[in-house]
Amino acid sequence: MPTVSFTDNLQRHVSCPPIEVRGATVRAALDAAFDAYPTLRGYVLEDDGSVRRHITVWVAGEPVADRRGLTDSVNENDEVYVMQALSGG
Amino acid sequence: MADSDLLVATRKGLFIYGRTGGAWRVKHRAFIGDPVINVLHDPRDGARYAALKHGHFGPKLHRSDDGGVTWDEIATPAYPERPADREPDLCPMRGTEIEWKLDMVWELGIDYAHQGGLWAGTMPGGLFHSANRGGSWELNWPLWDRPGRKKWMGGGFDLPGIHSILTRPDAPAHITVGVSCGGAWSSDDGGASWEIRAKGMLATFMPPDQQDDPDAQDPHLIAWCAAQPDTLWTQHHCGIFKTTDGGKRWHEIKDAGPSTFGFAVAVHPADPDTAWFVPAVKDEHRVPADGRFVVTRTRDGGQSFDVLTSGLPRGEAYDIVYRHALALRGDGSTLAMGSTTGSLWVSSDQGDTWEHVSAHLPPVYAVKWG
Repeated sequence: MPTVSFTDNLQRHVSCPPIEVRGATVRAALDAAFDAYPTLRGYVLEDDGSVRRHITVWVAGEPVADRRGLTDSVNENDEVYVMQALSGG
Repeated sequence: MADSDLLVATRKGLFIYGRTGGAWRVKHRAFIGDPVINVLHDPRDGARYAALKHGHFGPKLHRSDDGGVTWDEIATPAYPERPADREPDLCPMRGTEIEWKLDMVWELGIDYAHQGGLWAGTMPGGLFHSANRGGSWELNWPLWDRPGRKKWMGGGFDLPGIHSILTRPDAPAHITVGVSCGGAWSSDDGGASWEIRAKGMLATFMPPDQQDDPDAQDPHLIAWCAAQPDTLWTQHHCGIFKTTDGGKRWHEIKDAGPSTFGFAVAVHPADPDTAWFVPAVKDEHRVPADGRFVVTRTRDGGQSFDVLTSGLPRGEAYDIVYRHALALRGDGSTLAMGSTTGSLWVSSDQGDTWEHVSAHLPPVYAVKWG
């Protein structure tokens, strides 16, 4: 199963240790993580479901291409990292 | 009147001051390191609300039910999805899309019509209502759907926003809001319908034939006299304006000491002729005139202004007081203000003399009495 991990800086606001999820796309994987950590959704995504401007999501070592639809594929053993972009200050 | 707390929202946290031992001291601090945009004390139940805007993680709201010792995150307003049959909103100045998503909660207000009722003024221009102390929020569609909103634009920010929310317990169905940029709007039916009330304001940043367009006005803050709420004052981007008929017609105050530009305004709760401002050089400069930081006060409805300096910096100073960072307590005498350079002052005599409480806070976004 893919693993979703979140930047340590999020832990200060919402407890969200790494979690194994089911999901073949970034959207599905993140939705599964948000089911476990409901408060987290608004910290990572905008109202319209796109990735926040100063958040970056990486899958298997590459930044995701589709930041709005989150349609990038996630494979069985991939690691999904939700990180801060330095542009956010 | 018993001593009140002073709630100071800053770029790096919230500081709650109390008066103890003859001095203002920090009683509680919260959200250290995080931008706290604004704060609200609800006198009905003592709850305190804080609006944060994290650089990476976006806007969030928190509530404290113990005076600010502990805080719990509550729901954050969220914009609905724009219907497919509605054209995108475009900034009238730049043509860029104004997306339907929350950028910032700029102001919080009390809805006296409902126990636990709250209003939230936001960027990009949505007014939200909560009936349950911030447990959930709904966009006020009647204001959002007003055709005039298409003319709203950012003033100092990329996006338009609601910064003033005026409500009162003796007329709970009445609401007045101020928008930068988008004028002043009032509702007499609890937000079910809205009327723009910005006639007489003048936006000199617009082309000459559109400078009196009510929708294009940039009131930086609107305040009213609680005992005579038909008298409102605004520190507008292009000067100081006052109305005595509830906003049907505004009149410009053309002379007010060093300048008529600034952000903040406070109005005496019982005397509609008494108001305070913190002047600066317009409009991209945004520094005190001649590097001299002062407060101005009128006691005759704007015919004349006192320039108040006692206790304020004697030498050069480049403090700016943002729109939410000047607050008058309900006693009508005690003022507090915080500045962009992290100073905090309190005056107990209507601004005649000021006590310098701190010179070392983070940049101050908002000051409220609680």
